[in-house]
Amino acid sequence: MVPVLQVEDLSISFTQYTSGLRRRTISAVRGLNLAVEAGQVVAVVGASGSGKSLLAHSILGLLPYNSRMEGRIVYQGAPLTIDRLKQLRGREIVLAPQGVSYLDPLMQVDKQLRRGRRDAQARADSRAALARYGLGPDTGRKYPFELSGGMARRVIMAAAAMEQPRLLIADEPTPGMDAPAARRLLGHFRALAAEQTAVLFITHALDLAIEVADRVVVLYAGQTIEEAAAEDFQSVHRLRHPYTRALWRAMPQHDFAPLPGAQPGPGQAESGCPFAPRCPKARAACGQTVPYRPFGGGWVRCLYAEEGDA
Amino acid sequence: MRGLKHRLGFAGRKLARMALLLVGVSLAAFLLMYASPLDPLQTNIGQAALGAMSPEQRELLQAYWGADTPPAERYINWLTGAVQGEWGDSLLYRRPVLDVIGERLASSAGLLAAAWLLSGLLGFGLGVLAGACRGRLPDRLIRGYCLVISSTPAFWLAILLLLIFSVWLGWLPVGLSAPIGVDTSAVTWLDRLRHAVLPALTLSITGVANIALHTREKMIDVLSSDYVLFARARGEGAAAIVWRHGLRNVALPALTLQFASISEIIGGSVLVEQVFSYPGLGQAAVTAGLGGDLPLLLGVTVITAALVFAGNLVADLLYGAIDPRIRRGAARGL
Repeated sequence: MVPVLQVEDLSISFTQYTSGLRRRTISAVRGLNLAVEAGQVVAVVGASGSGKSLLAHSILGLLPYNSRMEGRIVYQGAPLTIDRLKQLRGREIVLAPQGVSYLDPLMQVDKQLRRGRRDAQARADSRAALARYGLGPDTGRKYPFELSGGMARRVIMAAAAMEQPRLLIADEPTPGMDAPAARRLLGHFRALAAEQTAVLFITHALDLAIEVADRVVVLYAGQTIEEAAAEDFQSVHRLRHPYTRALWRAMPQHDFAPLPGAQPGPGQAESGCPFAPRCPKARAACGQTVPYRPFGGGWVRCLYAEEGDA
Repeated sequence: MRGLKHRLGFAGRKLARMALLLVGVSLAAFLLMYASPLDPLQTNIGQAALGAMSPEQRELLQAYWGADTPPAERYINWLTGAVQGEWGDSLLYRRPVLDVIGERLASSAGLLAAAWLLSGLLGFGLGVLAGACRGRLPDRLIRGYCLVISSTPAFWLAILLLLIFSVWLGWLPVGLSAPIGVDTSAVTWLDRLRHAVLPALTLSITGVANIALHTREKMIDVLSSDYVLFARARGEGAAAIVWRHGLRNVALPALTLQFASISEIIGGSVLVEQVFSYPGLGQAAVTAGLGGDLPLLLGVTVITAALVFAGNLVADLLYGAIDPRIRRGAARGL
């Protein structure tokens, strides 16, 4: 089956003016690979600064003007050009952002859902989309400031899922939600996946990712370092990369043991494996470019992945 | 109902604040006038004529110009009169202050209103365009224009326009508000219009820059907001976003700016009317200030301060009526 979305060797860099007119290029994402199939939920997990949101923006063609993107983004088997994107954005490829700040503060909900259309069909569609997420027509007449946090998220889901999307990109949709609310939202994602939508769920919450996703992609310093099936997280021994294992150990239900040190920020990572300075198994060869390779039913970017647990 | 009560209370508090402000402004104007080195007798009568007068005549004149009254008493007298609606007579024009101001205001009103509207509309349009085209050619042209105009003194621009349109091209009159040597009844509205064009144009050109630059900044903020990102992700085109989300969110701050700019238009009119010898309120202020005409100066100061304050009040009230966050929030007693 051809995946709905394939991201191959994506890299994103920014041009910044430092002191005076001196320019420097900051590499924020380098070497990002993933694929999402129809009906699948793929979670992208990473700490803040690992390039998660940039991934969402680059798929949608919404990167800022001072950025440069390389690599390939393939949608339904063909490269996702900007012309194609303009056709697909908001129809087949949709974004579910975080919260109420993504709604126009001075426009009623119903009007925002209709995107400027005024015909009866558009009104009916907007009512149906709200109803799908348990919101009545009275919500349509509200302004964003009159919505509770949970209602705002449901409005956003309604806006995203209005037109039977084939690819939904959820960019950090859960922060600030309590566990039941987050579960309900994940339930919405699974429901869309059951209708053959491919869901890319970008989050920093590993526990939620494991719960909802079929596959989990781990980002570190702008690189994909592991792709694993959600079941692999049942045992630390089935995980491939030392960083993923450290994440697993840091979870409260496991060892609750944080990994010392911090991820290198954008532009700070040297060549070679960015995790090497914190890695218990790092060796001289880790200073060279480390390939991303298939390994044990998943993918890993580590030279010594096969060596069991440390 | 509750919203109305809320808004009435709001307006009441604002009016009380306005009364305090006007007393403060009049006191400041009085103190400045008192500290002024200009002696009203010498300025208006002249050193030679003054020397030829008898001491009795001089005392009479001093009493007329109020130079012999202690300053505190003078101000209290003026204030108690003004509160009762008695604004005194202008010492230079020998007519009630309110008559002089009314006449001057009527002559300035069209000028000020035209300049205010023109600079507001043009500034808003240019600001929106520049913000929407950030970094591209239209933005650079508009920004360049605004920066040049912002650093140009209004009176210098007035002289430049006079040179070009009145002296070289001869299209428009050099000054005044009506043709010279024509009976008042024979002056047509077209004459008045022709005389008002250049002063109004000068005020508009300088007023545009400020409004355009502020609107541009706000437009850029709006276009880099989360909700515009989401609108783009939902497939709304660039023009539709500016039209549907941009204008809506820029309009409110622009409104505040527009009403706040009344003060700049009135301030600018003082200089511009001087250059064009236009008999308006601004010119009356200059004459009163230089001639030691205290009642007229205080009157002009208080009236213009009240106009500026009223402009800001209108903006605040409109905000409450237009912004749903305030309108609906107040209605629910938030």
